[in-house]
Amino acid sequence: MSDVTKMTAVQIAGLIASGEASAVEVATAHLDRIAAVDERVHAFLHVDREGALAAAAEVDAKRSRGEELGPLAGVPVAVKDVIATRGVPTTAASKILEGWKPPYDATIVERLRAAGTVSLGKTNMDEFAMGSSTEYSAYGPTNNPWDLGRIPGGSGGGSAASLAAYEAPLAIGTDTGGSIRQPGAVTGTVGAKPTYGGTSRYGLIAFSSSLDTPGPCARTVEDAALLHAAIAGHDPRDSTSIPQPVPDVVAAARRGATGDLTGVKLGLVKEFSGEGAEAGVTAAFRESVEALVKLGAEVVEISCPHFEYALPAYYLIAPSEASSNLARFDSVRYGLRVGDDGNRSLEEVMSLTREAGFGPEVKRRIILGTYALSSGYYDAYYGQAQKVRTLITRDFTKAFEQVDVLISPTTPFVAFPFGSRTSDPYQMYLADLYTIPTNLYGGPAISVPCGLSEGLPVGLQVMAPTMADDRMYRVAAALESAVGTFTPPEL
Amino acid sequence: MSTTVLPTYDDAVARYEPVIGLETHVELGTNTKMFCGCPTEFGAEPNTQTCPVCLGLPGALPVANRAGIEATIRIGLALNCDIAEWCRMARKNYFYPDMPKNFQTSQYDEPLCVDGYVDVDVDGETFRIEIERVHLEEDTGKSLHVGGATGRIHGATESLVDYNRAGIPLVEIVTKPVTGLGARAPEVARAYVTELRDIIRSLDVSDVRMEQGSLRCDVNTSLNKPGEEWGTRTEAKNVNSLRSVERAVRSEIIRQSGILDAGGSILQETRHFQEDTGDTRPGRSKETATDYRYFPEPDLVPIAPDPAWVAELKAALPEKPSVKRARLREEWGISEVDMQSVANAGAVELIEETIAAGASPAGARKWWMGELARRANETGVELAAVGASPAQVAQLQALVDEGKINDKLARQVLEGVVAGEGDPAQVMSARGLEVVSDTGALQAAVDEAIAANPDVAAKIRDGKVAAAGALVGAVMKTTRGQADAKTVRELILARLS
Repeated sequence: MSDVTKMTAVQIAGLIASGEASAVEVATAHLDRIAAVDERVHAFLHVDREGALAAAAEVDAKRSRGEELGPLAGVPVAVKDVIATRGVPTTAASKILEGWKPPYDATIVERLRAAGTVSLGKTNMDEFAMGSSTEYSAYGPTNNPWDLGRIPGGSGGGSAASLAAYEAPLAIGTDTGGSIRQPGAVTGTVGAKPTYGGTSRYGLIAFSSSLDTPGPCARTVEDAALLHAAIAGHDPRDSTSIPQPVPDVVAAARRGATGDLTGVKLGLVKEFSGEGAEAGVTAAFRESVEALVKLGAEVVEISCPHFEYALPAYYLIAPSEASSNLARFDSVRYGLRVGDDGNRSLEEVMSLTREAGFGPEVKRRIILGTYALSSGYYDAYYGQAQKVRTLITRDFTKAFEQVDVLISPTTPFVAFPFGSRTSDPYQMYLADLYTIPTNLYGGPAISVPCGLSEGLPVGLQVMAPTMADDRMYRVAAALESAVGTFTPPEL
Repeated sequence: MSTTVLPTYDDAVARYEPVIGLETHVELGTNTKMFCGCPTEFGAEPNTQTCPVCLGLPGALPVANRAGIEATIRIGLALNCDIAEWCRMARKNYFYPDMPKNFQTSQYDEPLCVDGYVDVDVDGETFRIEIERVHLEEDTGKSLHVGGATGRIHGATESLVDYNRAGIPLVEIVTKPVTGLGARAPEVARAYVTELRDIIRSLDVSDVRMEQGSLRCDVNTSLNKPGEEWGTRTEAKNVNSLRSVERAVRSEIIRQSGILDAGGSILQETRHFQEDTGDTRPGRSKETATDYRYFPEPDLVPIAPDPAWVAELKAALPEKPSVKRARLREEWGISEVDMQSVANAGAVELIEETIAAGASPAGARKWWMGELARRANETGVELAAVGASPAQVAQLQALVDEGKINDKLARQVLEGVVAGEGDPAQVMSARGLEVVSDTGALQAAVDEAIAANPDVAAKIRDGKVAAAGALVGAVMKTTRGQADAKTVRELILARLS
C-alpha cells in the first residue's frame, strides 16, 4: 500500500470500502504523520489519538458486519477548535477557554460521526477566529507547510495547514470573512464557504453570528464537495438554518471535473481584478481565467460598485456582534477565572479574567464593537454598515442576473512572513478584501488553487448565488482539471 | 438631605398631580423555555432545568418557542394592541451573573404588539389606561446571596446562581404615562394590575401569581404642579402584591411631595418597595450601566406572524373579564359597586368556581368577601393563596345550609381549613364543631335554663314569646355555641306552652 496520507478522501474511502486498508490503519498512518511533522507545522491544538482510533475501529466493525458505509466512512478529518466536541478540549485558541471540554457536540460534529469520518483532533486558529494568519492564536501560530517561516492564513490556518502537511485529508473550517478561503489560497488547498444557513452553526463558538459559516477544507474539489454534502442541511437547532434541500454539490464537482464549461458565464469582478493585489497573484489569476475560457466558459467583466465598502462595513458588523457574543466569557460558569481571592468583587474578577484571557486582536474587536453599538453611535456605525450590507447584496443579485458565478483572486497576496502584518491591523485586514463581500451577502464561495507565485500558492475564488453552491463546485472542479493540484515541498 | 416632614396624602395630592406608568412582567406558562426545550416547572432543585442553550454555553443557539410567541400575541390582542407583521428580537447587553450570555434576548424598537388599551373601573368610574407596547423576552436566572444579613449582594460571603428560571418566556407590558388621576392614582394603578391579571388569567397563558413572581410589576411615579411639566420619575421595584402596587404609588406620592415641598428635587432612580413599612428605599444605583447597546438578535430569524393566524387567535379570545363581570353581576344579582369590590379583591373566579361547586351566589360571596378577604388582607397574600379552595368554601356553605354548623362554627371550621387541617367536614368532626341538634341532649340544657330563670319562663308562659331569646342565649352559652339556635328555641317554646 502506498502512503495513504498522500491520498484523497475519495481514494481512502475506496480502500476502506474494498478492504484494502482498515480505518484503523488509515487513522494510525495520519496520527503517525502528525506525530512526525506537527512539531514543525503546529496545525493541531489537540490530537485525539484515542478517540480517533475508537471511531476508526467502529467503522471497521461496521464493515465487518456487512453494514453499508457512507462515501466518507473511515476518512480522517481535522476539526477547527472553534467547534464544540463533547468531552474533547475546545478552546477557540483562547486562554479564556483553556481546558474547557464541552458537554455536547456541534451538529456538524454529529453529522461527521454519522458519516463515519474519524476525527483526529482540533486545529489551530486565530483566537475566536479573529485574524488572517493564526498569529493571534493564544497557543502560538501554525507554520505554512510551503514555507515554515510564513503564515498559513487565518483564521483557519490550522485546518488548511493540516491538509497541506498531509496530516489529514479533510478538515472543517469556519468562514466569517474569509477564514476558510484565504487559508486555502495560501496553502494551495481547497476551501469552501457554503451558503449562510446551509451548514448548521449549532456548536460553533460564535464570532459574528450573522456571518459565521462552517464549511469544508480539502486537497481536491471533489473531496471538499463530499465533506460539504456530509455536514450540510437543515438543523432545527439553528434558527437561521435553511430548510430547503442542499444542492447536489458532489454531482456538480464531478461534472466540472470533466473539464467542460460550455455555456457557463463567469463574471470578472472589475473592482477586484488588479489593484491592490500582488503582481504574481494577478498574473496567476489571469492565466486561470484564460484556462477557464479554454474550457468553454464565457467571461464578462462585472462592476460591483459597493464592494469597496465591504471591508469597513464588515469591521463594524463583525466586531459589534462579537462584542456581544464574547460577553459570556466572564469566569462565572466555565473557563478561566482570575483573581478570585475572596476579597475582590465579582466585577473585578470578571475584568481581571477578561484582561488575562483575551488576546490583543480579540480585545481590539470587542472595544470596536462595543463602541459601534453604543447609543449615539449606533446609527452612524452599525446602522450604516447594515445599509452597506444591503447594497452589497444588491450588487450580487444584479450581477447574478447577468452571470452564473463571479470570480476573483481569493486574497491579494501570497503567504506572508510572520510578523510582517501584525503591527498594523489594517494591513492584516486587507487579506480578506476579496472574501468579505460574500459573507455580507450570505452566498457561497470557494477558493481553489490556480497557480504559484514565486513558489507560493495562489487561489482563485468562485462566488455563487445563495443556495447555488453546486455552481461554484462545477467551476472550481473544472479549473482544477485544467491547472492540476499543487504539492508543497517535503517537510 | 435632612429629614423631611412628610405631608399627608391628601395634602400631597392637593398640591401635585401624579403621573404614573406601569411596567408589568408576566412569566408565561409554556411547558418549555422560550429558546430551548428545558421544562419550566416552578420550584425544582436548582440548576436541574438547564441545557447548553439556557446556560449560554459557547456555541449553543436559541430557537424560538412558537407557544411563547402565540401567548404574547394573544395578550396583545386582549389588550387591544396592533400586532406587528414583522419584528425582531434584540439583544440587551449588560453584565450580570444571573444572565448566562451577559445579554438578555428581548425586544427593543420592534415589539410584537403596540398601541393598545385597558379600561378599568374604580368605584363606577372608568379609566382608560393606554398600552404602549407588549414585548417578548427571556427571564434571567436567580441570584442567591449567602452569608450577609440582608440577603443582598452587599455583605454576602457567597453568591449562588440558579439558572432554572433563565430562558423562561417573559412578556413585558408597558403602559403609556397615565395622567389626570389625581388622588385616585394609587387605586387606579392597583385596578389596572388587577384587570391585567384577570385578562391574562382568562387567556390561560400564565398563572399570574404575584407571590410566586409570575406577575411582577415596576411602578413609575412622578409629580408635577398643575399646569407644569411632568416631574422626574422614580421606578419602584419589588412590588409583589396588588395591595403593594397601591401602597407603592401612595408612598411615592407622599415621599416626593415632601421633597418638593422642601424645595428639593427628585432623583431619577430605581427604588425598592418595602413590604413591611409600605415605603420605598433607594436601590443600588446603576446609573453608569444604562447603555444596553441593543441590536437585532442575529441568531434568530425575524418573527412574521401570518395575519390569518393572528385573526384566528383574535376570534378565539375568551370573554373579556369586564364583560364577564357584567354577566356575573346579573346572575348573582349584586350591585355594580359590590361587583367592583369582588373584582378588586381578585375574587371573581373564586366565587364563580365556588358557585360551580354548588354554593349559592350569596353564600359564595359571603365567605370570599368576608372572612377570607379579611384573612388575606391581614396576612398580605392574594385571596387565591389564602389557603381555602372554591370547593372547600362550597362544602363549608353546604354544611351551614344543612344546619350542621352555624355561622359562628363555620368561621372556626374555615380557620381549620386555612390552617391546612383538611376539608370542612374533616375539620368539623376533628375539632368537634358540629351543631348539637340532638333534641335529647339539648333538652337537659333547656330544662336547666328554665329552672335557672324562673322569671323569664313565667313571661313566656304568659305569652311573651320574645322573651325566649334570653333562654336561647343561656342554652347557647352552656353548649358553647354548638347548639342549633332554632332547635333550642323550639324546645323552649314547646316546654313552656
